[in-house]
Amino acid sequence: MEHKVDQKVRYSKTHEWVRVEGGEAVIGISDYAQDKLSDIVYVELPPAGKELKAGAACMVIESVKAAEEVFAPVSGSVIGRNEALEKNPELVNTDPFGQGWLVRVKLAAPAEAASLMDAAAYTSYCAAL
Amino acid sequence: MSFIPNTDTDRTAMLEEVGVGSMAELFHDVPVEHRFPRIDLPAPLSEQEVLRELDGLSRKNADCGAAPCFLGAGAYRHFIPSVVDFVLSRSEFATAYTPYQPEISQGTLQAIFEYQSMIARLTGMEVSNASHYDGATSTAEAVIMTLNVAQGARRGVILSAGVHPQYRAVVRTYTQGMKLSVVGDDADRSVEELAGMCNSSTACVVVQNPDFFGRIISPPALTALASKVHACGALLVAAVNPVSLGVLAPPGDLGVDVAVGEGQALGNTLSFGGPYLGFFAFRREHVRKSSGRIAGETVDRTGRRGFVFTLSTREQHIRREKATSNICTNQSLNALAAAVYLASLGPRGLQKVAELCWHKAHYAAQGIARVRGYNVDTSEFFHEFVVHCPIPADEINRRLFQRHGIIGGYPLSSEFPDRKNEMLLCCTEMNGREEIDLLVKALSEVGNA
Repeated sequence: MEHKVDQKVRYSKTHEWVRVEGGEAVIGISDYAQDKLSDIVYVELPPAGKELKAGAACMVIESVKAAEEVFAPVSGSVIGRNEALEKNPELVNTDPFGQGWLVRVKLAAPAEAASLMDAAAYTSYCAAL
Repeated sequence: MSFIPNTDTDRTAMLEEVGVGSMAELFHDVPVEHRFPRIDLPAPLSEQEVLRELDGLSRKNADCGAAPCFLGAGAYRHFIPSVVDFVLSRSEFATAYTPYQPEISQGTLQAIFEYQSMIARLTGMEVSNASHYDGATSTAEAVIMTLNVAQGARRGVILSAGVHPQYRAVVRTYTQGMKLSVVGDDADRSVEELAGMCNSSTACVVVQNPDFFGRIISPPALTALASKVHACGALLVAAVNPVSLGVLAPPGDLGVDVAVGEGQALGNTLSFGGPYLGFFAFRREHVRKSSGRIAGETVDRTGRRGFVFTLSTREQHIRREKATSNICTNQSLNALAAAVYLASLGPRGLQKVAELCWHKAHYAAQGIARVRGYNVDTSEFFHEFVVHCPIPADEINRRLFQRHGIIGGYPLSSEFPDRKNEMLLCCTEMNGREEIDLLVKALSEVGNA
């Protein structure tokens, strides 16, 4: 199956995406990741104010098949949570780059995102998996 | 048939492998006199003779079916209608182990579902799991659930000293190594004092109602505690006696977030202390942090009613090491006993049982309070109360049994060494008026130093 790749975000090797907006960033998981997880039934979002460290596990997404950790692609403190996922976790499946976003953070080190893969690099990374 | 499935060829091969020539050589190091010791057993008995021997031995026990019994302290003797044992003895229930292919066992799932529904209604909660091992493990799982609700940000647990000492011990055992601060039970604190201990690192406050000493926390006091605990961002856990809920307000109506307790009193025999069942009920918002398994009702593709395990696969098969609890075992047969018991009594029946317990215990307390040398705690209580005796409670019990054939109360010195002269006395609907009168008279006689 062909997976969608958002051209405007950057990707981690563990399939999270990050969209930098000024000093803030929105974090989610890629279309590839949601497809591998299959039907998502629960997203355990980190509490507001939690300090995320790039590369460290920051939440758990649970599907009918598995419970997988989400690793923070960048460092920063949580300033927004996608509360809609509480009632509709399947938004991560249907719209991973849009309504299925996970958290918004205030970036601790804005330069970090630049070291992540761009859409082209991520596409070939997934193709090689 | 030989229970050692080795053939002579196998044995020869093994002896060769270890480099010895024969069996005798293999056992060479065992001194000769110990190789085939004579075991001095009496002559064999027939089945009939064995039964007579065992029956004789069992008659040496003082069982509470024969002797008046006033023991409680967490395990309670109640009347169990015959229908409970009848349903339990059906082979479909009695022999079935945890269904690993659960949906094939619709009857088992329905029984669990109905048990859950009754516990949820009884406790005034939205969700009940399929049960835990006992009241102590339920309490510990409730504490762990509150830590998970706080996502690790809160490490403080406040325990009331009124919680059963064994439950408190199990909470500490379950949570050791989790770097928690478990406090509050070093002194007998009021609910106001417990509320005052709450702060931003408190995950939960745990109380018991009626508490271990039988005392009832009034509904306004419990409600006030709940709102103070919630104001701190913490959760309130209450261990409750399910039979008391026949007359007391359900914890769910009083702001309690997790209601747990020992379910033995619901249709389960005393059975020397187990197996029992721990019930575990809570508010729906915390369902993802709950422990154990939950059976659910659904419809199949043609619209027929069916039952499934809604939330067990998640712990054992999906979340695995990320699970909030790894105990999915439930006490199905005990839970079934509780369900059949509740179904056979109905809400009105349970209320009657609770009223009988209350009246008999209060009748006993009034009688004992009039006996010279004895004092009875004046707090509001349900069916259990503390009696201050003129001499050590152990001695009172010894004399009650030897001289009057009465099984007395629970000596508090078993858990609280400085409370030598105090005992916890319990009355249920099983204690007739005559045996209570007998107890009161006997106490007066055995109380002399």
